[in-house]
Amino acid sequence: MTTTTKEQPRVDERVAPRGPLDRLVVRPEIGSIIGALAVFVFFSVVADKFLTAPGVATWLDDSATLGIMAVAVALLMIGGEFDLSAGVMTASTALVTAILSIEVGLNVWLALLLSLVFALGVGALNGWLVVRTGLPSFIVTLGTFLALQGLNLGITRLVTGSVQVSGMRATDGYESAGFVFASTFDIGDTPFQISIVWWLGVAAVAAWLLTRTRFGNWTFAVGGSAPSARAAGVPVARTKILLFMTTALAAWLVGSINILRFTTVQANQGIGLEFQFIIAAVIGGCLLTGGFGSAIGAAVGALIFGMARQGIVFANWNSDWFMLFLGIMLLGAVLVNNTFRRRAERVRR
Amino acid sequence: MTALIEVDGIGKNYGSVVALRDVSTVVNAGEVTCVLGDNGAGKSTLIKILAGVHQHDTGRFLVNGEEVRFASPRDALDSGIATVYQDLAVVPLMSVWRNFFLGSEPTVGRGPLRRLDHRRGRETARAALADMGIDLRDVEQPVGTLSGGERQCVAIARAVHFGAKVLILDEPTAALGVKQAGVVLRQVAQARDRGLGVVLITHNPHHAYPVGTRFLILKRGASLGSSEKADISIEELTRQMAGGAELEALEHELREVAST
Repeated sequence: MTTTTKEQPRVDERVAPRGPLDRLVVRPEIGSIIGALAVFVFFSVVADKFLTAPGVATWLDDSATLGIMAVAVALLMIGGEFDLSAGVMTASTALVTAILSIEVGLNVWLALLLSLVFALGVGALNGWLVVRTGLPSFIVTLGTFLALQGLNLGITRLVTGSVQVSGMRATDGYESAGFVFASTFDIGDTPFQISIVWWLGVAAVAAWLLTRTRFGNWTFAVGGSAPSARAAGVPVARTKILLFMTTALAAWLVGSINILRFTTVQANQGIGLEFQFIIAAVIGGCLLTGGFGSAIGAAVGALIFGMARQGIVFANWNSDWFMLFLGIMLLGAVLVNNTFRRRAERVRR
Repeated sequence: MTALIEVDGIGKNYGSVVALRDVSTVVNAGEVTCVLGDNGAGKSTLIKILAGVHQHDTGRFLVNGEEVRFASPRDALDSGIATVYQDLAVVPLMSVWRNFFLGSEPTVGRGPLRRLDHRRGRETARAALADMGIDLRDVEQPVGTLSGGERQCVAIARAVHFGAKVLILDEPTAALGVKQAGVVLRQVAQARDRGLGVVLITHNPHHAYPVGTRFLILKRGASLGSSEKADISIEELTRQMAGGAELEALEHELREVAST
């Protein structure tokens, strides 16, 4: 520490001038953007159909619903928690909407509203249990994951006698709800799914929330060090519960998109997706330990996922290879993130 | 002048364990009250009561002459009592200015468009730190890249900036090297000279003596007395802290071991 003079220069002589490259390297999402470019170039070269308009529409569509969830899960992970029930929640919300509108005969919009209330309730329950018990969210949400899985199957069989609910097209209000959640728009002559717009919107709002608002600041703080955040007067419990409710909200959005688009929902849908969300968030620069990450990065992580999954199909390879690719991507991302984290966290005594 | 904080015969039990028994001292504006004691002496219990983390069971706790009982750290903060803990002062992965404003972020706009004021936050943090003689390279760097002493300084500057009248420092020098400890002690002296009341918890009499006004020595949850600086020398302070007669016995024993 040196003595301070009144007229302090804006640029300190102890700071080596940082080039634009050095500035970029500390951004959490930079690894995923480079990865996305590499995957994009690779499949553009090896698969003819990849770069055509219908091809782009296909892999963007695949990335979209995954991306919506990955962004919400990234916020939660930055806040230092996991939500293993997020995958099954996408099916639960779709089932609630479907049963209420098809079996009970409610207007689709009313069914969607009730489904939203249900989702936010489950999210709040997850958060409340984690905050109240102090147990790892991994265990608590594993519990809700299993419970919801059982409820999905049990209630569906009880109401319909089978393990699926279908017939959404005949319901009251399907047209307008379908327009909002499951329509397509044309660019050139190619139809693109509206879910892509939702994905971009969710990513933009989440990125703004995370870096530009008090809530975002608190999210980083509760994930980085909850005791410090509490000592500084941050409402730790409220922040965490709201983050769990955010993933539930995203699951409701994805569930609504799915049920209105496919008009049918299987009771065992969504199982295993929770890990895809976490993988996309980690590829996007989130630390498993919390306190660091990016919403844009998670959206890009989902894009890598979609491009690779569809690219492998376009290249006429066996889709078995996708898992190998995924594993390598994940390991690479974790290694890169770890290096960046150490740069950021390096302690001097 | 009423004392900023006065504790009178304060005590705290955890179940059947008596953690603190009949401790009395005062904290005045522009003075440093040092709380000294070995591990397990009850230092943490005392400051946790002052900081609103725990509530006292016996005795009286007065702030500005009025008896209080804080329900939470937020209550203590609202009364102008800010605590800087040794380990949990800052969030390492967050930038200096975000840490500085954590919990009290400056915002612009209203309703759903209410957002952080980055520019004001950065500039205020830089100015407030420079004002305290802490010259940081870059307020956008993560706090984790700062040295231990600098981190403590950021936390102290934060408390002072947000209008603390009493600053409680929990072992601020414990994990620091000699030079870094000096930096932190200079901050303590500065806060004192600005008219804050400071409570400095430490087990190092050499850190406490130069900045302290009053020394409260705790041992096994009880007070060994509160002395003004004029009434006690550093040798006496060290002797009392270590347990006086016990230390002499130990010295004697060690001498015997060495001579055989």
